[in-house]
Amino acid sequence: MHEYSIVQALLNQCEDIATQNGAERVLKIYLKIGVMSGVEPYLLKSAFDTFKQETLCAQAELDIQSQPVVIRCKECNEETTLEVFRYICKKCGSNSVEVIDGEDMYLMSLEME
Amino acid sequence: MCVDCGCSVRGKEEEHEHHHVHDNPHLNDSKTIEVIKSLLDKNDHEAAHNRAHFDKHNVLGINLMSSPGSGKTTLLEALKDVADFSYSVVEGDLETNKDADRLSAKGIQAVQIQTGSACHLDALMVHKALHDIDLDTIDVCFVENVGNLVCPASYDVGTHLNVVLVSIPEGEDKIAKYPVMFRKADLVLFTKVDLLPYFEYDIQKEKAALRALNPSADILEISTKDIDSLRAFAQWIDFKKKMR
Ligand SMILES: Nc1nc2c(ncn2[C@@H]2O[C@H](COP(=O)(O)OP(=O)(O)OP(=O)(O)O)[C@@H](O)[C@H]2O)c(=O)[nH]1
Ligand SMILES: [Mg+2]
Ligand SMILES: [Zn+2]
Ligand SMILES: [Zn+2]
Repeated sequence: MHEYSIVQALLNQCEDIATQNGAERVLKIYLKIGVMSGVEPYLLKSAFDTFKQETLCAQAELDIQSQPVVIRCKECNEETTLEVFRYICKKCGSNSVEVIDGEDMYLMSLEME
Repeated sequence: MCVDCGCSVRGKEEEHEHHHVHDNPHLNDSKTIEVIKSLLDKNDHEAAHNRAHFDKHNVLGINLMSSPGSGKTTLLEALKDVADFSYSVVEGDLETNKDADRLSAKGIQAVQIQTGSACHLDALMVHKALHDIDLDTIDVCFVENVGNLVCPASYDVGTHLNVVLVSIPEGEDKIAKYPVMFRKADLVLFTKVDLLPYFEYDIQKEKAALRALNPSADILEISTKDIDSLRAFAQWIDFKKKMR
């Protein structure tokens, strides 16, 4: 259940940003979670609801955008959004590809007052 | 900069921290701030710091990950007899000292991480352990992660390479079931291959699954009963060390 550690880090980040901006509370937190980031959005949500109590995020809502894996072919430059986890260019079939999205998790923006 | 230990080694400074304030005209006092920051930002920063420690002492860091019992500690014990390089181990067996004791009995320096029952190691835990290892006297430092194919995959512990073990008795489809972990691998070791005759395990099919998921990963077959397979692993490490 590493979602708990990730939520703790998220709460710390949000509190820092809220404090820096003189906000009293965080209203909404926008996350982008890659489908290959190793984190389950529903576990993240339940961990968040458990740990947000008594923080500046106590009333905050989590908005999670699930990000599919997108790769770019190093041979032909084509971008492919993966439906199954086969890291292969859909146009030329090359497996010489780089990942451009979908393997990380980001805090995108914060709404606060 | 290292705030936890005050040591002089610096990690890579954060690059992508930009806050833009947009006043929201619809809500009186509320505003939306664009952040775009990795949720693992703090860990990634610590990880970069660990790599700086390794680099300063010219040590190659290798993170070993697998399910419980895939053969991580046994491999580290057996490697002693074939390796030309010297190594220490940061041991992530969090509940007991058993694995560290096994390694010490073989004359391998092992530092136990004491953090209770965590499901993964993070860069900060490894960092603390690194201060108990004399990096000047070794060539390679292994981190034996907690036996778990899920949580450790999300955490960069600050090593240079990830080696993921999958043992024959665990059965097929581990790669398909835990894709995030196997995506992270620089090398996948199929371990306990001496047991292939006793299990329904199509190793070629598993290798093909790995190639589709992670085309650039290297693959080796390991049995602690086959010294040549252990030598091949030692050679892979030698090669990676020379390439840095
Ligand atoms: N037959 C056979 N057994 C092996 C081999 N390698 C390891 N084993 C056995 O597998 C069992 C587990 O090995 P460990 O090295 O303790 O596994 P581990 O990955 O360190 O386990 P945790 O630290 O608990 O996650 C032991 O009984 C080993 O003797 C092998 O190559 N062949
Ligand atoms: Mg072990
Ligand atoms: Zn292509
Ligand atoms: Zn330090």
